[in-house]
Amino acid sequence: MTDAGSNPGAAVAPKRVRQSIVEIVSDSGEGAQKAGQSLGALSAKMGNGVWTVEIIPAEIKPPARSREGASGIRVRMGDRPVTNMGDEADMVVAFNEQVLYGRLGQGAYRPGTVLILENRWATDPDEKVRELYAKALIDFRAAGLEILELPLDEECKKHTINPRVGKNMFVLGMLCAIYTRDLDRAREEIAHIFEKKGEKVISLNHKLLEAGHAYALTAVPYRFEVPIWDAHGAKIVVNGNQAVALGMMAAGIDLVAMYPITPATSVSHQLGDSFPAVGGFLHQAEDEIAAIGFAIGASYAGRTAGTITSGPGMALKTEFIGLAVMAEIPLVVVDVQRGGPSTGLPTKVEQGDLLGTLYGAMGDAPKIVIAPATIDECFHMSILARRLAEAFRGPVFMLTDANLATGVTPIPRPVPQAEWLAPPPDQSDWDEAVPAYAWDEQTGISTRAIPGQRGGEYTLTGLAHTDHSKVAYSPEPVERGLRMRSRKLAALFKTLKPPVVHGDAEGDLLVVGWGSTLGAIEEAVDRAREEGHKVSSVHLRFLSPLEPGLGDIFKRFKKVFTVELNYSDLADDPYVPAETRRLGQMAWLLRAHTLVDIDCYTLSQGVPVPPGKVYHEILRRLGVTPTAQAAK
Amino acid sequence: MFGLKDDWSLKLPPRYFTLEDYDGGVARWCPGCGDHGVLMSVRRICREEQIPPEKIVNVSGIGCSSRFPHYMATYGFHSLHGRALPVACGVKSRRPDLDVWVSTGDGDNCSIGAGHWIHAMRYNMKMVVMMFDNNVYGLTKKQTSPTTEPGFKTNTHPRGAVLPALDPISAMLGMSNVSFIAQTVDWNPVHMHDTLHRAWKHPGLAFVRIMQRCPQYTGNIFEAFQDDPNSLLVMEHQDGVPVDPSLDRTFKNRIAHDPKDIHQAFDFAKRRDVIPVGLFFCDPTRPRYDQISSVGLGMSVEEKLQGLEREFDRFAL
Ligand SMILES: Cc1ncc(C[n+]2csc(CCOP(=O)(O)OP(=O)(O)O)c2C)c(N)n1
Repeated sequence: MTDAGSNPGAAVAPKRVRQSIVEIVSDSGEGAQKAGQSLGALSAKMGNGVWTVEIIPAEIKPPARSREGASGIRVRMGDRPVTNMGDEADMVVAFNEQVLYGRLGQGAYRPGTVLILENRWATDPDEKVRELYAKALIDFRAAGLEILELPLDEECKKHTINPRVGKNMFVLGMLCAIYTRDLDRAREEIAHIFEKKGEKVISLNHKLLEAGHAYALTAVPYRFEVPIWDAHGAKIVVNGNQAVALGMMAAGIDLVAMYPITPATSVSHQLGDSFPAVGGFLHQAEDEIAAIGFAIGASYAGRTAGTITSGPGMALKTEFIGLAVMAEIPLVVVDVQRGGPSTGLPTKVEQGDLLGTLYGAMGDAPKIVIAPATIDECFHMSILARRLAEAFRGPVFMLTDANLATGVTPIPRPVPQAEWLAPPPDQSDWDEAVPAYAWDEQTGISTRAIPGQRGGEYTLTGLAHTDHSKVAYSPEPVERGLRMRSRKLAALFKTLKPPVVHGDAEGDLLVVGWGSTLGAIEEAVDRAREEGHKVSSVHLRFLSPLEPGLGDIFKRFKKVFTVELNYSDLADDPYVPAETRRLGQMAWLLRAHTLVDIDCYTLSQGVPVPPGKVYHEILRRLGVTPTAQAAK
Repeated sequence: MFGLKDDWSLKLPPRYFTLEDYDGGVARWCPGCGDHGVLMSVRRICREEQIPPEKIVNVSGIGCSSRFPHYMATYGFHSLHGRALPVACGVKSRRPDLDVWVSTGDGDNCSIGAGHWIHAMRYNMKMVVMMFDNNVYGLTKKQTSPTTEPGFKTNTHPRGAVLPALDPISAMLGMSNVSFIAQTVDWNPVHMHDTLHRAWKHPGLAFVRIMQRCPQYTGNIFEAFQDDPNSLLVMEHQDGVPVDPSLDRTFKNRIAHDPKDIHQAFDFAKRRDVIPVGLFFCDPTRPRYDQISSVGLGMSVEEKLQGLEREFDRFAL
């Protein structure tokens, strides 16, 4: 045990590490997230790759010191761009011991993780609290955590009368010492955070920061240095939802209609705040059905429009999605996926809406579906989605997920382009000889008339219709419409290029992924490749139509499997006959598309897939046991 | 300049629209269906007001009455069952220059679309909403509608509808931010026309309930009212629906009603001995969401690019 009087932290030489993961956990309202965000931001400014993700309890204010009530943040710093939240944490600072249980249960820590623990609970007047604390120490030691008990509260009291609101900046100071961070940048961060609160608050927090820094230099015997990778190039720090919001704005989307639903809502928070800067309008509708109906109305009237939602909202929008396909209405639909079915896991990640998005409508409803794999792509694919919707006259679906939505990372600052913005609605006269759907025989594409265009008057309908948008009373136009709408996907397919294989173009094993798992998969593949294994990966951005050349890519590997955050029956489940085994959604799709025997590795626990799990799955499939070094 | 007087108009001769310019073809409703009359009225109002057809959007849900847009030679949007209002509001939200008309049925609006109804009334965007109330589901062949009177036999309630009918007028009088509620009947085409015309002039969402017969399923539900002209209680006021002198001889049952008087409107709405026609309630000063939702429309590309840069600055490292 360490007490503040001794000096174990003096003269510890920093250890160089390529990456480090630190968590700060507390009861909600203790400011852990603010401390972590500051650490992330200043690390990014120093030139580290950074990924931060908030740890959010299910309730807004769960009872204090409850096991599942952890509120906090994870910060992963690296000597290269960081694309995911990584495996177990290297260090955790906890304001009480109880909240650690939940995190431990989620596999957030490993033997050897350093735990800096507030020790005031050891002397709490309540005997019950003291007992729980003592019990936790035994449990955490058994789990292999290296525990450093420190009187954080007491130390803060030397500088502030209310340590509950100041402790977070004290801890930030400590972490700056431990991770050899630039203290001046930390001061800047604090000045920025408390800008509106005034000088007095800023200087108090500066004092706490410096005190925490000085304290850790004596009391904490750990020092790390994460080398920087790039201190140059303008960057913005955003989460995936902010990137989507900014992307929709940069795309010139004119109207977004939505109904609040986690984890999509924060896109609308950003738009509510920022949309007026580009003259756009955010409509909060009375429900998800009205939201998409409103967006469809605006789009029909010539304005670029979108809607954002999550699984349950997608279910409600289904009928209108069918209409948008049938009547060929350009529309951007963003689905920030969460765990399902039903209300499922509102705040947690899943990639469970893939097949629902592709096929979850009445009849044959071909649509374009894309999936960004990084936060940077959340921005740029929003622009792509808008353009595809216009070019192919129909709804375009962009599937992100809770992992992208909540991960925060620096991305290159986009340079807005005039050609990204949608043009204003065409109001010139329409050639009356051209029908409402003058389908091009080769592509199925047609140009639409927009209200206000003289001579273009037609009645849009969700009924089967002729090229003049007249209700089809005979069989022929019904099938022709279906064919024309389907042909658009084929036309788009022809413009796509085969995906780039990460690693060698042939080998023993190929991992296929889509969406937010990119970072974890490539990290795992790189690790296995460094050990000489013949494994590669391929990551799909276009899910409908699929990118070309997949069959050829798959043929060059002995085995192919997908990594997905959704459900599949275990291959060795004794109760599930092999021929009825249900697979991951991407695996279904790829098997149907390529006739290749593709297996899957799925995770449906509401957590992002950590690179370590993918790595172990790769080794398992290759039939090798991890080396001691690799097992670390 | 050039010695021209500046009040001289150099505009080309204006286009003149005839009824044909709004004629989208022969309606496929049953002969005797009340929808035909409404269609003729709307075409006439468009001609009287000389609205360019390309500036009109007729939006509807699903039902017999929702076929309406197909028979107008304007832009039209035949949407989903119950969802005409969200679509119409979306059209209007960013295109305030368009003239929006909504056709909906009693099932379409008061049952599956009831949630949207409340909110669209509150949004109060400028448009005319015509509810074709035939007291029954027509298109799907005689099921009970929310406005079906108890005891009336339908295919889903062959022993007679079991619940009191929903009263749309009273319901709307209780909705927040409503600005225009009128009622008319299809067997009085003059009054119907004048009501719709008055609705079109209202600066907000003008809701008109049209009591209308389905010759197939509810052909005689209003028989008693049709036989006795005095069973129409004609509400009169200078701000109300103007009553055409041609009605003076037949429709003598008149009552003064100031459409600002919401309490009296409630009293009239509750009457079952007569059908009150005219304007129950009107408040042209109510806030309009289309005036809020259309802000920012004129922004230039340069302004947008600058706006984006400013937003990026907020996230800059
Ligand atoms: C989601 C959905 N549910 C049910 C239907 C079937 N449906 C079509 S029209 C209609 C009711 C029509 O009645 P109403 O709205 O009163 O219009 P009317 O035909 O009498 O003019 C129903 C139930 C549908 N088209 N869509």
